[in-house]
Amino acid sequence: MTDSQAPLLTTPLDALHRELGARMVPFAGYAMPVQYPAGILAEHVHTRSQAGLFDVSHMGQVDIVGPDAAQWLETLVPGDIAGLAVGRTRYTVFTNADGGILDDLMVSKLADDHLFLVVNAACKHADIAHLRRHLDPRLTLREIGDRALLALQGPEAAAALARLAPEAAAMAFMSIRALAIDGVPCLATRSGYTGEDGYEISVPADRADALARRLLSLPGVKPVGLGARDSLRLEAGLCLYGSDIDTATTPVEAGLAWIIGKRRREQGGFPGAAIIQRQLAEGAPRVRVGLLPDGRAPARAHAEIVDASGARLGEVTSGGFGPSLNGSLAMGYVPPAFAQLGTKVALVVRGKPLDARVAPMPFVPHRYHKQ
Amino acid sequence: MSEIRFTKDHEWIHVDGGIGTVGITDYAQSQLGDVVFVELPEAGRNVTQGGEAAVVESVKAASEVYSPVAGTVVESNGALADKPGLINEEPEAGAWMFKLRLADPGQLASLMDRAAYETYLSTL
Repeated sequence: MTDSQAPLLTTPLDALHRELGARMVPFAGYAMPVQYPAGILAEHVHTRSQAGLFDVSHMGQVDIVGPDAAQWLETLVPGDIAGLAVGRTRYTVFTNADGGILDDLMVSKLADDHLFLVVNAACKHADIAHLRRHLDPRLTLREIGDRALLALQGPEAAAALARLAPEAAAMAFMSIRALAIDGVPCLATRSGYTGEDGYEISVPADRADALARRLLSLPGVKPVGLGARDSLRLEAGLCLYGSDIDTATTPVEAGLAWIIGKRRREQGGFPGAAIIQRQLAEGAPRVRVGLLPDGRAPARAHAEIVDASGARLGEVTSGGFGPSLNGSLAMGYVPPAFAQLGTKVALVVRGKPLDARVAPMPFVPHRYHKQ
Repeated sequence: MSEIRFTKDHEWIHVDGGIGTVGITDYAQSQLGDVVFVELPEAGRNVTQGGEAAVVESVKAASEVYSPVAGTVVESNGALADKPGLINEEPEAGAWMFKLRLADPGQLASLMDRAAYETYLSTL
C-alpha cells in the first residue's frame, strides 16, 4: 500500500503534463494528471469523437520469460493462457484462495516462452510479490521500470498512429507487436480502457516525452487525464479494480465469467477454483449490474441499492455522470433475483431514494477494431 | 446599500434589502471542474450559517454548498437544473444558486470582503 507520507513518484511525462497545464493529483503513489485545461467533459467527448492520449505509466509492466511460462501463469489466473496464440493479448485476473480477485491484468504472449503483463498501479508491488512467491525456478521475472506506458484511444487513434507506424493499422483487436513509432522501439497492443478502438504503447522511458509530443502533434490527438479515463471506462461498463472488483468479489459475481475458458472451467487449477466452479454451476449470491437512475443526479460509489420496500440489496461500486450518455449511470452488486434487465430499484443518495433500473452494459456501445 | 461577502468555503453572498443571493466563487468552480448536476434548497427551507444548503456535482465528485448566513430560502435558480454548466461559465453572476431572507444581518460581519477573500485565496 502507498505511504501517504512518501513523496509522490513522477512518470516520464511529468514535465509535459505540467507544461500542458494539467491538474496533478496523487494516484497510487504517483503525481498524475486528472485533467488538462479543457476539462473532463471535453476530454471525454474528444476521446469518443477523435483521439485522446493518456499517460498510464504508473501501471506495472512485467516480463516473464522461460519454459512453460503460460502453463505456470495458469496456476495464478483462471484465463486460458496456454491457448493464447503468440502475438495475442488477453484480459484476466489473479484470484485468491477464496475465489476473490487480487488484481485484473492484461497478458500478452510475445513468444511461447515470453509473457508480458500489465497490472494496476495500486496493486503492482503486491502483484509482483505474489508472482515471485509462486515463481517457477525455471522462469525469470522482470519488473520493467524503465518503460513508460501511453494509451492512444478513440476512433481516430488508428489513423493517427499509422502516420508514424503504418503497420499499426493492420493490428487486430487484442493483439501485440513490436512497433517502431517515429523510429522509437515500442511494444504496442491494440487494446484500451475506454470502449473505443486504440492502442497501449510501452515505450522506453527516455524516449516517452518526445514520443508523446509527437503523438500530440498529430491531427485529432489531444491529452486526456485520469478523470475522463474513469468516465470513459464507466460508460464502457469496464471494472475498476478496488471499486467494482476486489478480494471480496469473484469473477462470476463480477460478470467476468467470460474470461474463464472452457478448459479452465473444467480443469480448475487456479486459486479459488472450487468456489468459482461452484458459482459457475449454481450461480453466485450477488452479481454486478448496470444501473440507470431516472434523473440526472449522480449516484456514486457506496450509495446503497434498495428495493421498493427500502430493503438493502447491495451498493453502488462505481457511478457518476456519463458525458456521452449525457446522464447519470452506475454499476453495483445485487442478488440475482434483482439482476434482470429493467428491474426497478432505488439508489440512496444523501438519504433520498432515487428511482433507477437495471440496465445493460456497456452503457455506450464498444467500438473496438474489427477486421 | 448592497454588499458582497465571501466564506472560507468559497461561497459568496450578495445582500440587497435584507435578501441575500448566494453562489460559489470562480475559484470554487475552477477547483470542482465541469458541473453536471446541482441540488438546490426549496423555498421556505430554513438554513443555518455554515449549514448545508445545496450540493454541486462535478464529473468527479459531489460537494456541499454551505449557507454563508442563517435565513429562510425564498427562491432557487431554476436555470441551473437544465444548465448546471452555467456554474462554470458565470459562477458569480448568472449562476447564483439561491436567495434567502437573512435571519441576522449581523452575521455578515463574520464574512470576508472581496479584498480579504483575495488575500485568503493567495494563501491557498
